[in-house]
Amino acid sequence: MSNATHNPQLNSHGELNHLLSIEGLSREMLTRILDTAVPFTEVAEREVKKVPLLRGKSVFNLFFENSTRTRTTFEIAAKRLSADVINLNINTSSASKGETLLDTADNLAAMQADMFVVRHAASGAPYLMAQHLATTGQDHIHIINAGDGRHAHPTQGLLDMYTIRHYKQDFTQLTVAIVGDVLHSRVARSQIHALTTLGVPEVRVIAPKTLLPSGIERLGVRVFNDMKEGLRGVDVVMMLRLQNERMQGALLPSAQEYFKSYGLTVDKLALARPDAIVMHPGPMNRGVEIESAVADGAQAVILPQVTFGIAVRMAVMAMLAGA
Amino acid sequence: MNVHIRGGRLIDPANGVDKHTDLFIAEGRIVGAGDTAPAGFKASTILDATGCIVCPGLIDLSARLREPGFEYKATLESEMAAAAAGGVTRLACPPDTDPVLDEPGLVEMLTHRARLPEFPHVHPIGALTVQLGGKKLTEMAELSEAGCVAFGQANQAIVDTQVLLHAMNYAATFDFPVWLQAQDPFLAQLGVAHDGEVAARLGLTGIPVAAETIALATLLQLARETGVRLHVTRISSAASVDMIVAARAAGIAVTCDTAVHYLHLCDHDIGFFNAHARLDPPLRTQRDRDALRAGLASGAITAVCSDHTPVDDDGKQKPFGEAEIGATGLELLLPLTLKWAQEMRVPLLTALARITSDPAHIMGVNAGRLDAGLPADICVFDPAADFHVSRKNLKSQGKNTPFLGLDLPGRVRYTLINGYLAYDGTTQPESY
Repeated sequence: MSNATHNPQLNSHGELNHLLSIEGLSREMLTRILDTAVPFTEVAEREVKKVPLLRGKSVFNLFFENSTRTRTTFEIAAKRLSADVINLNINTSSASKGETLLDTADNLAAMQADMFVVRHAASGAPYLMAQHLATTGQDHIHIINAGDGRHAHPTQGLLDMYTIRHYKQDFTQLTVAIVGDVLHSRVARSQIHALTTLGVPEVRVIAPKTLLPSGIERLGVRVFNDMKEGLRGVDVVMMLRLQNERMQGALLPSAQEYFKSYGLTVDKLALARPDAIVMHPGPMNRGVEIESAVADGAQAVILPQVTFGIAVRMAVMAMLAGA
Repeated sequence: MNVHIRGGRLIDPANGVDKHTDLFIAEGRIVGAGDTAPAGFKASTILDATGCIVCPGLIDLSARLREPGFEYKATLESEMAAAAAGGVTRLACPPDTDPVLDEPGLVEMLTHRARLPEFPHVHPIGALTVQLGGKKLTEMAELSEAGCVAFGQANQAIVDTQVLLHAMNYAATFDFPVWLQAQDPFLAQLGVAHDGEVAARLGLTGIPVAAETIALATLLQLARETGVRLHVTRISSAASVDMIVAARAAGIAVTCDTAVHYLHLCDHDIGFFNAHARLDPPLRTQRDRDALRAGLASGAITAVCSDHTPVDDDGKQKPFGEAEIGATGLELLLPLTLKWAQEMRVPLLTALARITSDPAHIMGVNAGRLDAGLPADICVFDPAADFHVSRKNLKSQGKNTPFLGLDLPGRVRYTLINGYLAYDGTTQPESY
């Protein structure tokens, strides 16, 4: 019965003002983002890989948590749109001196930023920033969530959808499996929301019970603890990264046992449809969650995912900037 | 000062009274109720209670005043003003101050500081273990003499069950009540929300209901072993209500309360990471909320408290999982209880019992009733007027509540403590 129900990523016209999560966005909105990304894939093939859509705009990459791949792809996307890009690795600067998240936001806003790309270890951190910008009259600064805690990684979810659409065209005829550490994965949550919103009739999650959050089935997925059973007849296999440090302790007994039960091998992949594609958000742990023969095999579309990711991020930035 | 409260509907749950009649107060004590004043009574003040309910002052089983140690979050003055504005005339404060209330001198200092005529009666809950560390027992007898009404651990669990057994046994020696929260520290560690669909969706670490029920089972078993007077604070789940009912049926003398937030909110009210909804225990499911509402109506849950926890803005303006736990509640205890009663069709007599006579019984004080001769701790409120929950209207220094922006039923018109007019709502500004 509390009052905090307004979706803070939409403006008063229901248009996207920030990209904080896939959840709450319409199928039309997701499709529009994917459609917008299509022409941007061609920019990479030009001799001069730039368009002037964000010329004169300042994009701040605020990474409160380490990242190389995501930060780089956002940087490339912004630069291809001709924006000025400022990279801040905040866990080695102000935050470590005690500055709060919102103080950091205020200071950067005072530097006339136009867009914040935010990665943070705490779920909901970009929401907090968006709400703060709204209350301080600065919501002309757009926020893109580049991964918050275990909550969301919406551009990763969108680039995954772009990849699926590229190879499979029609979402409404697919069976998709998400395999691995769903409990700790912001990517999995964004994938689930994107797939269900786009009309995929069966989304499966496959993992041991220790790596599945309670109530996950309420997000519209079918739960499998047996990987072989879960992979049977699927069109798309989306693997998740398993962090080695989480392999210890009480969640899993060993990397070896995990690989045996939940690692994607050629044999297990054979249970999926013959034309099934294999995806991975990277970086991969070969021999832990995926066998090299699969990762480098004909069904893997892991590198195209990365390429499409830049186009999708360009599309999101361009749309937020109203370009 | 002799006070005549005129024209109100007098509700005194302890005595089963609900009728339109006047109340008379002389020298700080109730001297009678009726249509005519007692012989020789001459009023120096007449308070108009037309359209209002006149009831015992509210008794709150858990209100943090933040002193000593956290004056930047709230002060005794600010929170006592909030209590009076909320109709609360008597409150128990948990021991999680800094320093912890584990020494008689600290307790005496607090009760001494709180002894002003406009301040509600303060009853400290002494720490059960030194520094709330769960290892060494406090000097309970000394603390009791200094004014502690019970012994507890605030939000800290005693991990070692042997220490818990000894603590209960020692308290039982002197018939001191222990007030404990049921939460297994291992199952709750790092958790920030109820372990379920909402936590899964928002990517928040969950605290399962089993964290409460496992700890509750331990508390109940040890209460049976030791015979201690056990009061379980702030239960949050349907399963706990069932366990309390079963324990009573099995002969264990146990009481329990829930906090008023849990009667109205569930995990979905976290919305988009609303840090005001970060509470301990976490908001649970709609089914749990409904069971708590029903349990309070039936008496399975003995009382409702505010679990008042003023937090400064810096503590809340953080990502959900990093935000400080707690909500302000002293001024919301009455309106939220009334809202619950309206929605559940619970008679006012029963509803007011849960915040007056029932908590008085748990606290072991002769209060929460309108008997002649007792100190005149009185709340007069207008049930037809709304209380608009806003930063401006809250007198507490803590503006942290998930109910901000809502209009809730019931506005306090007068609060009397020992017959002293501690709060006069008729003098509040128009916007109030």
